[in-house]
Amino acid sequence: MQKFDKLSGIAAPLPLVNIDTDMIIPKQFLKTIKRSGLGVNLFDEMRYDREGNEIADFVLNKPAYREAQILVTGDNFGCGSSREHAPWALADFGIRAIISTSFADIFYNNCFKNGILPIVLPQEQVDVLMSDAEKGANARMEVDLEAQTVTTSDGEVFGFEIDPHRKHCLINGLDDIGLTLEKAAAIDAFEARASAERPWV
Amino acid sequence: MSPKTLYDKIWDAHLAHEAEDGTCLIYIDRHLVHEVTSPQAFEGLRMAGRTVRAPDKTIAVPDHNVPTTEGRENPEAMTEDSRIQVAALDKNATDFGIHYYPVSDVRQGIVHIVGPEQGWTLPGMTVVCGDSHTATHGAFGALAHGIGTSEVEHVLATQTLIQRKAKNMKVEITGKLNPGVTAKDITLSVIGATGTAGGTGYVIEYCGEAIRELSMEGRMTVCNMAIEGGARAGLIAPDEKTFEYIRGRPHAPKAGQWEQAMEWWKTLYSDDDAQWDKVVTIRGEDIAPVVTWGTSPEDVLPITEAVPAPESFKGGKVDAVRRALDYMGLTPGQKLTDIEIDTVFIGSCTNGRIEDLRAAAEVLKGKKVKDGMRAMVVPGSGLVRAQAEEEGLADIFREAGFEWRLAGCSMCLAMNPDQLAPGERCASTSNRNFEGRQGYKGRTHLMSPAMAAAAAVTGHLTDIRDLA
Repeated sequence: MQKFDKLSGIAAPLPLVNIDTDMIIPKQFLKTIKRSGLGVNLFDEMRYDREGNEIADFVLNKPAYREAQILVTGDNFGCGSSREHAPWALADFGIRAIISTSFADIFYNNCFKNGILPIVLPQEQVDVLMSDAEKGANARMEVDLEAQTVTTSDGEVFGFEIDPHRKHCLINGLDDIGLTLEKAAAIDAFEARASAERPWV
Repeated sequence: MSPKTLYDKIWDAHLAHEAEDGTCLIYIDRHLVHEVTSPQAFEGLRMAGRTVRAPDKTIAVPDHNVPTTEGRENPEAMTEDSRIQVAALDKNATDFGIHYYPVSDVRQGIVHIVGPEQGWTLPGMTVVCGDSHTATHGAFGALAHGIGTSEVEHVLATQTLIQRKAKNMKVEITGKLNPGVTAKDITLSVIGATGTAGGTGYVIEYCGEAIRELSMEGRMTVCNMAIEGGARAGLIAPDEKTFEYIRGRPHAPKAGQWEQAMEWWKTLYSDDDAQWDKVVTIRGEDIAPVVTWGTSPEDVLPITEAVPAPESFKGGKVDAVRRALDYMGLTPGQKLTDIEIDTVFIGSCTNGRIEDLRAAAEVLKGKKVKDGMRAMVVPGSGLVRAQAEEEGLADIFREAGFEWRLAGCSMCLAMNPDQLAPGERCASTSNRNFEGRQGYKGRTHLMSPAMAAAAAVTGHLTDIRDLA
């Protein structure tokens, strides 16, 4: 997995609430058996018309935001389906951090498996960052995972909370499965105990 | 011992390891797999030279892509990408030796209907699937939730998940339901009250008289949509109805083990003085037959109401409602019962079970689908379909003018050929009214099977109580 330590990049404002995973990556793109190549279809139905032409006023189609690496969004981002195609599409486009007041649980979890940092901040701070993002390409936002801070282009700094295990894995680009397999003895022991107590399972 | 919730009890019984920083490994009893969210996980296993740790606890069935029309065994019936995905599941199931119900098997169906039907889902279990509607299995008092593909791979390789414990939320539905009010109205009304993020970070336990009175099918409908309220999992404590439903199913515990299982299952309830982080109480009598009017499942109102104005909301929701009304082609003040419908879809993991088909058929008996409308019933599994044919329900649907389909997810998410055309408006028993969910620019109104059947007869959203 791609490591995440520090990021300085363009932030795109997407102030809509309840952006669901169907909007992030519509179902017709779930028929792939690969993880890669979904970036071109990120936000497909908001980004392109039926003929496949770009819709000019969609934020990621504007010249200032085509290279965005950070999204600042409305409440409850990533609600709906568990499809990991959503973070795959975001990562493939180049998004490495997403800032909102809240994220849907499954999506939040999926981000960490794909080198994306979801950052939860209170409404008034998200409002400041949204305004900052609206300044366009000259305003670069900074995210520092080690220090757990977001810095606006004006130098205003906001701290955020993150689970220590997730932070450790993201900073070091660690593979969960490898880490869990180191605990195989504990899983073996649990299985032996459980199959004695609940043999019908 | 300190009092525990049902969730606490299941969690404690599956804790395989706890690290110093509080990160837990939870053991998974059942892993359900479908064709859309698993190919990359199996590919990951192969690339790392890993295997499936517990193939006997892993069950696969294709459901999202499969056509629901006759002759679907013919590879030509699917688009090439769908065919590749289903073929990948065929191969992965064979290569890794996991339980499998192919399209040709009468037991095939939507994964969340097949699991309980076959007795794979049992009280007190941990159940996961790469699908957010895994919450359905919570109706049995199983801790069940959706996971992403990386976690699918993690469970395949280790039979565990890395988890942090969620908070406990109690949703109590007191008293009795009025006539015409169903499990779907309960679950939509709860989301209407709490919002789509109201359950984020929580596991919900549904309780109260109105929940106890529901059949197992109804309880599955309620838990199915826990995720639409933001909660990863919804739970209902098992009782005699649960045990009766399970008894005799192919993978239910057999004689000898049954008594042992029952002994544990009967301890699966929240203690009286258990601590809740959030409590929501709704009077059953206050719940009306409801429909959604917008593009979020929280956009729900009693059928007697009118389309709301964006200005009546607060914060970011004002713009969201403006956008939703534009997308849905609705105007504030318009009566919900005046909204005309083009298509009716009865099915999905929310409402594709036998009781749902009975409820819809009851409304349709001796009636016809309004001229010019498209109406389809997609049973949740091959066995539901067979039972509905035996009970004469299929004849009622056909005579009314409904298409009688084969089992699958179908128009709930429109990954197969069952889709809405742009602007087409659907009365649907599914679970999501998101933009584009049932087809590009398609418009979805969520409701109960009886309400969807009523809309098929009248051609517009209809109060089921007026039709009876």
